[in-house]
Amino acid sequence: MKPFTYTRADDITSAVSEVSQQEGAKVIAGGTNLLDLMKIDVMQPRHLIDITRLALNTIEETAQGGLLLGALVTNADTAYHEQVEQRYPLLSHAILAGATAQLRNKATDGGNLLQRTRCYYFYDTHTACNKREPGTGCSAIHGYNRIHAILGHSEHCIATHPSDMAVALAALEARIHVTGPRGERTIPIADFHRLPGDTPEKDTNLADDEIITSIELPSKGFAQHYTYLKNRDRASYAFALVSVAAGLDMEGDTIQEARIALGGVAHKPWRNPEAEALLIGKRASRENFQPVADAYVQKAKGFEHNSFKIELACRSIVRALMQAAKIDQ
Amino acid sequence: MVTKQIGKPQNRVDGRDKVTGRARYAAEFSATDLAYGVVVSSAIAKGKIKEMDTSEALRVEGVLDIFTSENRPKLASYDSSFQDEDAPPGSPFRPLFNRDILFNMQPIALVVAETYELARYAASLVKVEYETEEHVTNFEAERTNAYEPEEYKSTPPPDPWGKPETALKEAEHRISEVYSHPSQHHNPMEMHASTAIWEGDGRITVYDKIQGVLNSQEYIMGVFGLAKEDVRVLSPFVGGAFGSGLRPQYQLFMAVMATLELKRSVRVVLTRPQMFSFGHRPKTVQQLSLGASADGTLEAVVHHAFAETSRFEDYSEDVIIWPGVLYKCENVKLSHKLVGLDVYTPLDMRAPGGTTGIFALECAIDELSYKVGMDPVEFRLKNYSVKDQNVNKPFSSKELQECYRQGAELFGWKNRNPQPRSMREGHNLIGWGVANGAWEATQKPSGAKAVLTKEGKLTVSSATADIGTGTYTIMSQIAAECMGLPIENVEFKLGDSSLPQSPLEGGSWTASTVGSAVKLVCEKLGEKLLELAQESDDSPFKEVSIEEVEFTDGQMRLKEDTSVAIPLTQLLKENQKDSVQVEAESKPADEQENYSPYSHSVVFVEVNVDEDLGTIKVTRVVSAVAGGRILNPKTAWSQILGGVVWGIGMALEEYSVMDHQYGRFINHDLAEYHVPVNADVHDVEVIFVDEEDQIVNPLGVKGLGEIGIVSVAPAIANAVYHATGKRVRDLPITLDKVM
Repeated sequence: MKPFTYTRADDITSAVSEVSQQEGAKVIAGGTNLLDLMKIDVMQPRHLIDITRLALNTIEETAQGGLLLGALVTNADTAYHEQVEQRYPLLSHAILAGATAQLRNKATDGGNLLQRTRCYYFYDTHTACNKREPGTGCSAIHGYNRIHAILGHSEHCIATHPSDMAVALAALEARIHVTGPRGERTIPIADFHRLPGDTPEKDTNLADDEIITSIELPSKGFAQHYTYLKNRDRASYAFALVSVAAGLDMEGDTIQEARIALGGVAHKPWRNPEAEALLIGKRASRENFQPVADAYVQKAKGFEHNSFKIELACRSIVRALMQAAKIDQ
Repeated sequence: MVTKQIGKPQNRVDGRDKVTGRARYAAEFSATDLAYGVVVSSAIAKGKIKEMDTSEALRVEGVLDIFTSENRPKLASYDSSFQDEDAPPGSPFRPLFNRDILFNMQPIALVVAETYELARYAASLVKVEYETEEHVTNFEAERTNAYEPEEYKSTPPPDPWGKPETALKEAEHRISEVYSHPSQHHNPMEMHASTAIWEGDGRITVYDKIQGVLNSQEYIMGVFGLAKEDVRVLSPFVGGAFGSGLRPQYQLFMAVMATLELKRSVRVVLTRPQMFSFGHRPKTVQQLSLGASADGTLEAVVHHAFAETSRFEDYSEDVIIWPGVLYKCENVKLSHKLVGLDVYTPLDMRAPGGTTGIFALECAIDELSYKVGMDPVEFRLKNYSVKDQNVNKPFSSKELQECYRQGAELFGWKNRNPQPRSMREGHNLIGWGVANGAWEATQKPSGAKAVLTKEGKLTVSSATADIGTGTYTIMSQIAAECMGLPIENVEFKLGDSSLPQSPLEGGSWTASTVGSAVKLVCEKLGEKLLELAQESDDSPFKEVSIEEVEFTDGQMRLKEDTSVAIPLTQLLKENQKDSVQVEAESKPADEQENYSPYSHSVVFVEVNVDEDLGTIKVTRVVSAVAGGRILNPKTAWSQILGGVVWGIGMALEEYSVMDHQYGRFINHDLAEYHVPVNADVHDVEVIFVDEEDQIVNPLGVKGLGEIGIVSVAPAIANAVYHATGKRVRDLPITLDKVM
């Protein structure tokens, strides 16, 4: 860990001005990922601005009938919030599928979106990693890549985003409210995380001097027909190999709208609206789900140790949709 | 009525200290002026350090010194000085000895500073340039160069018996398959740590994470040329070790070196990634060919093992002895070769060789039972062995059949449909599997001391360890029962090199070895107390022999007439003694030579396998153990339960991933090196069958540290086959291998 300075922000304005003026400054909230990465020199901020005292820790109803999750609400408080449990059970389930009770008690919703990849090479400063040190190369492409991406990867990086929460937010089409020296703006979740391209060091489209203030959930929560299905190498406290957040809007057994987001397969939660559209007006059935699953992985490309994820993603989508539709066959 | 302590489900005597934080571990001891050392690890697997620049690190205020191969103090240079009680044949690794890099994450410098944070920061500023040489870490590629070591650390492969090749060829049913598991790391909760306290005048006291303080003491004496009286090593509590603490690890070397040089107390704690920089369970590949006659008689076993070792030591473990222990077979051929890689030497890890060899054997036996068309339990019982064919000696006891009977009944084995893929619930396939196993039940020589005070407090001690196994508790029970005292009046001391000698805590031999020494020293104490009573002429004990007295309720009394009794406190006071002290050295009886002592187990497992997604859940486990006399059902249950949990990990999760680009274990933290979590562990039932053994040692105990794990992974693999019809022979059985 490199020496750093630390201040605690009293209000959002001073936090923003500090983060934009201090070189190498980083915002810290729960710190469940940042501190780990600092201890092993993967992240080396020179200045930390603690925003945990800011008034961004409430969950409120929006005029549009949705919910606004303050960036500092903890993952645990979000998952167990009555409104979230009732109206957005998909989000609740996704959060509870991640990390441990202790981590969820500490980690914030804003921080969850900003967590870094779990790629082994990103974590080991004695290996090449374009995300950690641009230009050094990607060790995972020819290394051990069991947990890596099958979609949207580039020759520079094949890392995945580890969040479960973000996968549900992608399915729910959440909107991320941010603020910075140039004012406030809203980023749709689909545009929040980036694909690695040739700048894998950038995980998100949040500017270095911007801070997440809240996450807005639109009114539609898919509370009747939803599933968060997470496949992993042990039953708890493991990142997803492949996860699926599925939400269906159904009338009888006919699908009006379908949302499917995949986790563990790409540098961001993976949506395919064209494939989702195949389900509109269709009856919920295995036969109708299979082409959607196939479409999702059509362009997938695996590596030496993770090609199984393609078939796993396909099967998981079918299973998740069956569960969401509450059908057996 | 004699006070019964042995066999009681006594709570851990150190339980309260552990849960309240009073129990202190190696990194929790402090001293005035304590300095902190952080180890710099190499970034390459093979080559030389060309240049190391420590100038920037040394400029950090608070950094006291940086030790490298260039400025280290003079050390012993002979291999023998660096060898320890558990060293395999070869040339042990000597930290900071020269510029050579022998394995990745090799310790190459120690930064010592006023605080841990400063030391860690300064360590990150040390710049190293390497002359890199090509490393070999790919086991498969190097297997063509496998060799038989000049000297085996393990039992050398027994000579073949019968006509294995012919018998195999002529057998009605045959299987020939390859089984493998990857390297695995122990990953105890407590990371390796040493706190070396400078006592002045060249004397040191060291708190070390070790499974035997005498091993650390000898090592320090050998490497640094210190006299025995100048080094005391303590290790009162160990936060799990599982074999990782059998050999002194390099943090001990580093802490002691810095303390002697700086004449100041120094603590060195390894990081979690550094826990992947030393001994581990070696990657092993086994070729097993079995043949059986039409009626299910095992006719031939050919078992070849290939296991990883380092370039500098020939580590081997008992992988191939198990066919000769577990099954009756007339035609057997065994071999064990090593594959030398640029890695640190492997190290005993819970049931070393046993978990490995029994996994392969028990999967192969299962496969053969299907070929023959017999129930897997029936097939095993048909080929049941009554003697250890490796050494041609009968077992000292073997209640394995009873394990089968009780285990099968509790599990409900008779309701099993033998057909694979025959049981399901929704999209889950259900499978039932079984495996049996064994582990050596040895006794080693050990010393013990007993001191009884006039207040009636008994302290018994030995330089053994308690690595979470319950040594403190069971030794207190043995002493309390022998002397007829309430357990609250008994204290057992361990983990101190000034105490009577005892071997490393490992091999499941501590209950038997130290327990026998405790029993013996208490018997001697009894004799001494009787002699004391006989000093006065009017004593009612004057003419009696030790066989005629018993110790109970804090008294010594006559067995024939229990009204003739004297409280021990009174006995000491009447004889003006503040205390009575005796020492004893116990040794295995010669009679043991005529027998082969083993504990045995059968494990029944139920798994649920998601047919589409491949996820495996171990829903039920019944482990039936024949482990001799059970000293404490509660700590014994914990031991077996822990073995089951680890067996689940071995079967489904554990995998130290070697990246051949770097020659480095790459998943070096607990987020990515998976061990079971609570959600992976469901119903686990443990049965101890009655087993009387008058040969194995005076207590009749067999030790339970390793028998709990050996049969678990194969039982799971066999259950996965029964569920899915797929044989996965390469551990861990991850979802991609079954979906």
